[in-house]
Amino acid sequence: MSNVGIVIVSHSPLVAEGTADMVRQMVGDEVPLAWCGGNGHGGLGTNVEAIMSAIDKAWSEAGVAILVDLGGAETNSEMAVEMIGEPRAQKIIVCNAPIVEGAVMAATEASGGASLREVVATAHELSPS
Amino acid sequence: MSAETLDKTGTMDKVDLKTLISVTANTIAAHADELTALDQAIGDGDHGLNMKRGFEAVRAEAEGFAAKPLPEALKAIGTKLVMTVGGASGPLFGTLFMALGKEISAEPDRANLATAFGKAIEAVAARGKSQVGQKTMLDVLQPVHDALLQGKTGAEITDAADRAADATVPMKALRGRASFLGDRSIGHMDAGGRSVALLVRAVVETIEGHA
Repeated sequence: MSNVGIVIVSHSPLVAEGTADMVRQMVGDEVPLAWCGGNGHGGLGTNVEAIMSAIDKAWSEAGVAILVDLGGAETNSEMAVEMIGEPRAQKIIVCNAPIVEGAVMAATEASGGASLREVVATAHELSPS
Repeated sequence: MSAETLDKTGTMDKVDLKTLISVTANTIAAHADELTALDQAIGDGDHGLNMKRGFEAVRAEAEGFAAKPLPEALKAIGTKLVMTVGGASGPLFGTLFMALGKEISAEPDRANLATAFGKAIEAVAARGKSQVGQKTMLDVLQPVHDALLQGKTGAEITDAADRAADATVPMKALRGRASFLGDRSIGHMDAGGRSVALLVRAVVETIEGHA
């Protein structure tokens, strides 16, 4: 698919899956979408391996925007991007935006064929600068 | 492969990396409940359990790590921690080891160790978008680095680490989950800083005990 992909990373699998449901309701299958949540051992947290898998699943040559909740999700996502490495890493951006609103807005923008830069900018507009 | 002593005379005594892995995993396991309690006070309360999971995963593959040259071993241990710790500590402690592996030589002397440790601290600061003074592991790493540079003895280095961990108690957290608490983060020790102090003591005492 040529549209930008969206990855949702929450400490809670329930939050991640619920956010993905809200994105799907808005954009259907027009946007590659993946989510992950939890520490991989049944607890709350985030997991680099799961984030890397989610990026693979939502991969698009147009790039991938990642929406995160709390600090650890951001740090683990940045680590995942670094471990994926170039050339793909330069097409993956961790957004500074509220996870639910950011994911829905970014996906809606992506569904219209917007570039990664435009998708990320839309998400960032939701954050006070 | 081997790590080298911190002996300020620069004398090198080889310490089995497998032993170092074992003692660090032991100390984290022995203090897991304490670390979790510290993190429960001002964080999300998973630090002890997460660190224990990571260091046990490293211990499980100790043979493989020990078979590699020191830089490769440290990088692989860092990657294992990143993949297994499961909280923000994973990338932070993982980055510490990965960056140390990148900078250290296969047969490091103290100067090389100090330089590599300094670069590793910079990498951790970049990963956490943090700096000294924000009530994080950096507040213990930096004094340890200073002590290394100043040619302090092993006992002085471990004392510096313990004092630095204690010194996080009156600090106000400016990064991480504890920062959400604002002034209420004051009066509690930073769990990541405590972990660093525990690891430093385990490593130094093992190396000194061997020397």
